[in-house]
Order: sequence, then C-alpha cells, then structure tokens
Amino acid sequence: MNALAARRRHPAAIALLLLLGLVLTGVAYSTFAPKQADASPAAASQVEEGKKLFLANCSTCHGLQAQGTNVGPSLAGVGAASVDFQVGTGRMPLAKPDVQAPKAKVRFRQPEISALAAYVASLAPGPPIPDAQYTKGDGDVAKGGELFRVNCAMCHNFAGSGGALTRGKYAPSLRNVQGKHIYEAMVTGPQSMPVFNDANISPQSKNDIISYLHAIDKEENVGGMNLGNLGPVSEGLFAWVFGLGLMVAFAVWLGRKAA
Amino acid sequence: MSEHDAPRGEVRHTTSAGYGTTAVRLDQGHVQGSGRLPERFENPGLAPHVPRMADLDERAAKRAEKQVATLFGLSSLATIVFIVAYFAIDSKHTAFIPGIGEANLYNVVLGVLLAIALLGVGVGAVHWAKTLMPDTESVEMRHPQRASDADRERVVTNLTEGGTAAQLGRRPLIKFSLLGALALPPLALLLPLLGGLGPLPKDQLSRTMWKKGDRLVRDPERTPIRADQVTIGSVFHVLPESIKDSQHVLEDKAKAAVLLMRLDPEDIKPAKERDWGHDGIVAYSKICTHVGCPVGLYEQQTHHLLCPCHQSTFDVTQDCKVIFGPAKRPLPQLKITVDSEGYLVADAPFREAVGPSFWERGHA
Repeated sequence: MNALAARRRHPAAIALLLLLGLVLTGVAYSTFAPKQADASPAAASQVEEGKKLFLANCSTCHGLQAQGTNVGPSLAGVGAASVDFQVGTGRMPLAKPDVQAPKAKVRFRQPEISALAAYVASLAPGPPIPDAQYTKGDGDVAKGGELFRVNCAMCHNFAGSGGALTRGKYAPSLRNVQGKHIYEAMVTGPQSMPVFNDANISPQSKNDIISYLHAIDKEENVGGMNLGNLGPVSEGLFAWVFGLGLMVAFAVWLGRKAA
Repeated sequence: MSEHDAPRGEVRHTTSAGYGTTAVRLDQGHVQGSGRLPERFENPGLAPHVPRMADLDERAAKRAEKQVATLFGLSSLATIVFIVAYFAIDSKHTAFIPGIGEANLYNVVLGVLLAIALLGVGVGAVHWAKTLMPDTESVEMRHPQRASDADRERVVTNLTEGGTAAQLGRRPLIKFSLLGALALPPLALLLPLLGGLGPLPKDQLSRTMWKKGDRLVRDPERTPIRADQVTIGSVFHVLPESIKDSQHVLEDKAKAAVLLMRLDPEDIKPAKERDWGHDGIVAYSKICTHVGCPVGLYEQQTHHLLCPCHQSTFDVTQDCKVIFGPAKRPLPQLKITVDSEGYLVADAPFREAVGPSFWERGHA
C-alpha cells in the first residue's frame, strides 16, 4: 500500500487510472446493458439442416455456395427476411423461369423455411425476420392508409388489388397476405419492388400499413359487387358490356312487332 | 346506246336464255336493262298489315292482359317490400351474397327491389302497348314549308314601310349610331366572363417550391432524409421542406413532388445525372411530362419508371429518357447535395418547368 501511495504522483498514474476506469465501465456495461433479443446467431444444427435443404432444392440455380449462377442471383446478404418471404409465399423454388416469380403453393413447412433462412443469413448479414410486434397489424389504420397511398398504391392499387408493370411484370395483390410477408417484402424489395428500409418507413409505420391492409381485407362491399376494386377498367368493361348490352336488348325488343 | 355497248347486249340475250328476255344479269344492272333509271321511283306503299295473335284470338289477348297485370303487380309488390325492408333491415348488417361476397345487405336489397319496381312498370307498359294497344299503321303527309306568295309579299311590304316610316334611309346618323350601340354591349357581357376565368398564371407553371438549400422531406411525414438512409434499391417519395409554409399545399405539392432513388453509380450512364445526384442518389420530378400524372412505379431491377395513366416509361439509368409511351420529354432532374448535417438538400431549383407542356413553356 505504501508503495502505491508513494507512486501516486507518478506521471503514468493518471493514464493507468483512466485505463482502469474505462475497462471497468466497459465490463459493467456489457454485463448489465439490456440485450437485444436476437434470433440471428441460430443454432449450428439449424444452419446445417438449412444447408442440406439448400443443396437439395435451391443450389441448381443459386449455386452450391449460394454464390449465384447465370440463372439465379447470389444470396449473400439477402437476409433471412428475403428467404422467409420468397419461400414462405411459394415464390421459391421457382417452377420455371418467367418474367416474374408468381405466388404459389408453399413447398416447405415453417421449420424448414426457418432453417433455410438461418443458412442464408449465416452467409452474410442481411435483413432479419421482423419482430412479431411489428407485423401483428394492430397499429393506426388511418396513418397506414395515408402511407400506403403515398408509397404503395401507385403499383399495388388503392385497395391493394395489385396492378400491371412493364413487359408482363406486375405488382401482386396484397389481399389476405400475412403481415410478416408484407413487412419482409418492404424491407427486402423482392423482384421489381423497390426497398423501403426501416429508415424510410419506420417499423411502427410498417405496422400501420399492415393494419390498413388487414382492415381492407375485412371490409364488406358497401355498394354490392366491387368488381375486383380495379377502378375504371373493370367498371368500364362492366358498364359497356352489361349496361349497354341490356339497353341494346331493350331497344331491339321495343322495335319488334308483337307476334 | 353506243357501239361499244353493243356486244355486251348480245351477250345478255344469249346467256339469259331460259330466264326470259327481261331478266337482268347482276353484272349489268339497270343501264343495260331498260336503258336508264326511271324518272321517279314509285312509292311502294305500306307493307301489308299483319294482325297480331291478340287481335285474332281472344284467349291470346286475355293471356297478354294477365302478363301485363303480373308485371305491374310485381312492381307494386317490390315497392311494398322495399318499404318494409327500409325499416326492417339494419343498415349496418352484412350478409354473404353469392357472386358478390360479403356485402351490405341493406344497400343490395333496396337496390334490387327498386330495380324490380321500376322495370316492372316500364316492361309492363311496353308489353301492353305492343300486344293490346291499337297497331294500325297511319300515314300523315308532310306539308310544304314554303309560305304562300301573298304572305311573302306582305312581309316585305311591312318591313319596307316600317323602315321608311322610321326615316332610316333619311337619317344615317341614327342608323350608324344604332348599329354601334347594338354591336358594343356584348363586350360588356364578355369581359367579366373572361375576367372570371381567374388571374393570369404568370410564371406559376414554370416554378416549383424547390430552392437552393431546401431539405428533402418524406411524404407524408415531412421528416428530413439523411443520405445514408437511402440504401441501394430504395425509393423515397419526397416533398420540399418549405411545403410546411405553403398557403396552397395541394397546388404546391402537385408541382413539387419528387421521387428519390438510389442506384449503383456504375449503372448511371450520363455524367450529368451522376453530377446532379449524390453518390448514386438521384431525384426526379414525379409529375409526368405527358399529362401530369404522378410517375411512381419504379422497378428497382430494370430501373424503369412507369406512369400508371398512359404507360409512359422512363429509364432512370439514362436521365429518365422516355423509352415507351406518349410522353415526349424526359422527367426533369432535381440537383441535390448534402448539407453539413448529412441531410439531403436541393442544390438548385428545377432547371426547367415540370409536368406537361403548355404554350408559354420555356419562355417564362
């Protein structure tokens, strides 16, 4: 103790003291700081199972190391969210190359999809599967509607019925889609869709958009048949074919002599 | 008949054997037949009157009567049920209707009943007129429209006498001042009509709210955007921050709306587009140069921007050049940069007028 006290004015003492303080603070922080619940460091066995599934089902197009080939893109950095969306909605595995992967029958059970996602996420960091609290659809429907009309409606239609893009591509219908898949599509930007990352539309706002879509799923048809909510195309077709057809039929009937 | 036609006349006689000498071949027509068109076509008169079933058979008439009465009765019934349904059905009540799905029962039932009530009256009335009301054809000749010579004469005389009595010919001062007084007043009516069309637009069509240093903010939250938040493949729908001071938000938004995208800088071909952007982040007017629809359909793989109204397609890698559709000019680019805090700001107003063409475009 005396030796320490004697050297307390040594020039190195200040530096040592600072170093000690920093180390202590760091250790204390890493011990007591609230930890983020994170599913990404998945169990090694899950990654291993995912790799097996990948080699059997996906590697033909995406390559044995998921490095991509000339028929399928590299999967490094696409993240678990992308896998969960593409496989979870049946878009992958793709039955045949086309302008766009259509929504189809889901080929894998959820544990298998999670294993595939864990494997692809282990290749390189990417967007993780979203937290369930942001995909429940219990947010502000009105705000979600406003965000939807600005950011989504130009492609997906004001009622989420979907719409055409260029050269045979299309924005799919958003009717009765799981909140998780809507969120994942926004974060990953599948196919032609641009990315809406969490810095652009916050997770809470994404939940609002999901709430809006779920609300219009449940909405009844107030005025009778909604004709697919496709706007003037289907309404015009209906009016010209049935409305005008009925009037022509009446005109023909009016002009005929009775038997 | 000329000599030229003579051989064809011969042919007619030889080939129409068996059909009588008056038969006319389809390829010869009237000119060859009787020589020329008749002076007047005779009025063929009315087609023979065919009596209807109900005119001949009393049972058929009775049947028609019952049909009409049924249609009218159906209409009355529908009206009565309509009144009952109006009070009986809760206007919030929904039900599954085949072919429609989950629908508001009240609206559907009232609509269908109203259609039956109105159609019943109409169809019944027409059926009544067609089967039972008199159907004898009657003809009313058209009267000549020309007035008699005496009447025409009298009008001219009256006008001339009136003019002379009013001394129109003798006093030209009155004649010409009257002409002026009659010709000018319509201007007083026309002027407020034109003035009521509103103030002249001046340079409003050529200018937007964007000015140097104006931050890019998200639509609709109006929060500023940092450059590092715009990841590759992202698209942001953007307004100028100064929109918060706008007195006419919708008008200003309709001109100032901007689409912000981030591409791989390698993909951007023209140097100008890269220079006017920031690290692959480019901002373009969202207002279509065709008729001003918001161009928002961005395909992040092909970098095509599609206008939903008339399918004009712009290529973002080529300074938004038109590659398909009716638009004639590329979308104007907004020159952007970052401020000291890392937020994206406009570096200059739009260099040209945004949106569709107008007469004074490029002059203001």
